[in-house]
Amino acid sequence: MDYQNGFSRIAAALKPSGIRRFFNVANEMENVISLGVGEPDFKTPWCIRKAGIDSLDKGRTWYTANAGLEALRQEITFYLKRRFDMEYTLPETIVTVGGSEGIDLCVRAFVNPGDEVLVPEPSFVAYAAIVQLAGGTAVPIVTKAEDEFRLTAGALRAAITPKTKLLVFPFPNNPTGGVMRREHLEEIAAVLRDTNIYVLADEIYAELTYGGRHVSLTSQPGMRERTVVVSGFSKAYAMTGWRLGYAVGPQPVIDMMNKIHQYALMCAPTTSQYAAIEAMRSCDEQVEKMAREYNRRRLLLVDLLNKIGLRCFTPGGAFYAFPSIQSTGLTSLEFCEKLLHSKRVAVVPGDAFGDSGEGYVRISYSYSVEHLVEAVERIEAFLKEL
Amino acid sequence: MNDLLMLLEKNARYTDDQLAAMLGVTPGEVHRQITEYEAQGVIKGYAGIIDWDKTDKHTVSARIEVKVTPKKDRGFEELAEAISQHEEVQSLYLMSGGYDLALTIVGQTFQDIAFFVAYRLAPMDGVQSTATHFILRKYKEKGTLVIDCHKDERGVML
Repeated sequence: MDYQNGFSRIAAALKPSGIRRFFNVANEMENVISLGVGEPDFKTPWCIRKAGIDSLDKGRTWYTANAGLEALRQEITFYLKRRFDMEYTLPETIVTVGGSEGIDLCVRAFVNPGDEVLVPEPSFVAYAAIVQLAGGTAVPIVTKAEDEFRLTAGALRAAITPKTKLLVFPFPNNPTGGVMRREHLEEIAAVLRDTNIYVLADEIYAELTYGGRHVSLTSQPGMRERTVVVSGFSKAYAMTGWRLGYAVGPQPVIDMMNKIHQYALMCAPTTSQYAAIEAMRSCDEQVEKMAREYNRRRLLLVDLLNKIGLRCFTPGGAFYAFPSIQSTGLTSLEFCEKLLHSKRVAVVPGDAFGDSGEGYVRISYSYSVEHLVEAVERIEAFLKEL
Repeated sequence: MNDLLMLLEKNARYTDDQLAAMLGVTPGEVHRQITEYEAQGVIKGYAGIIDWDKTDKHTVSARIEVKVTPKKDRGFEELAEAISQHEEVQSLYLMSGGYDLALTIVGQTFQDIAFFVAYRLAPMDGVQSTATHFILRKYKEKGTLVIDCHKDERGVML
């Protein structure tokens, strides 16, 4: 069979991940210290695992309603009110297969071929790809270290055209750790208020915001009615493998997303949904405990990186540091490959997250302190040999 | 500064600089606090967690439950102090429940432990009875897993 000419043009045009090859090499090598992962190193808290097991014991192995178990959706609305002062009703809530599916549903609900979707960069690799799959055009907006990787009103305004349909608002940000505090949201809201642009706010890292609580863009006047908030259990509850997320937004949008969801996925995994009910009911304290631990590692890692001469802005959220490697004169990929081969430390080249990530690397601190200290010692030795 | 103590309890080898960065204070402040804790006896020492089974030194450990007749005026203190003088005793606790004192003891051989129980512990004034349980395998000690089961199986996702 001729596969190459058989594939859809859109699927064939998707850029393969160059990083995959890099990490395949890293995985083959012995004694490599990886700082590459994008998920918690904690295990899912026991009471959540137990709730999943109990649901299996009771034979709850059927599909749920498309939008998810009502009890879980109810808990999600309580949680958002309790933790972030966000008000949503049951019909404005849908349970998805990870935050990723929420992103996909939202993009597919809005984007027509030819529509432009604004994507602040560097950012999570899936946004641009999903937009492309929907036939839209992802338009990057570069965020900069001197702005602490925030989206600025000026940059947003400059990127808007008559074709702009949707803004992806990914804060706290992977890979930069940039956050948008309450005082930064108003200027963004002011730009959007008189437009018809919708917003996909990816708040998956909201619980991992340091030095103050996360504030949703929906808190600003005129924003709630145009915004879909996508979040999930992966990062806050260390539940990546359970593949469970949710989205909240205006009911017509959630209805549209649910229509796509029922054909594509039908419903999120039932076991995961039962586990997640327990997560939302009784794990606030454990979420905070994990966030405190990340915070210590964050402060330590940034301190260590700056001390060895890799200039690093102090990230305000998520679990990544994004130091500049420009002082070495190497490209991001050269830096990562040389570091891997000479010192056996794997970090992610910044340009994996968009062209504007060139000159940076992403270092995850979802590792034990001992692991981080050892890795930074190796990076320091590497820098000295350059 | 309970956070400082919690960090030290996990790993006493963090440097002052590392502790300071994690806690958002100066290294000088960390040093001052640690010195103060040591002086107050809050920090009693810094001991390693060692898996002796991986070395050529072989040891045998046992947990011994002791029933005691308390002494007038001094209760369990006198006997506890006497038992704790023996250097093979690793830990000693006063317990609620079916017995009074629980101790952990380490020796080179089973005979060492049998000798300790028969000739040192049992004859002590106030000891009514003892029950010795040998430790077969250690899985976790002082909050640290002793068995090697940790393998990072996480996939790289961006």
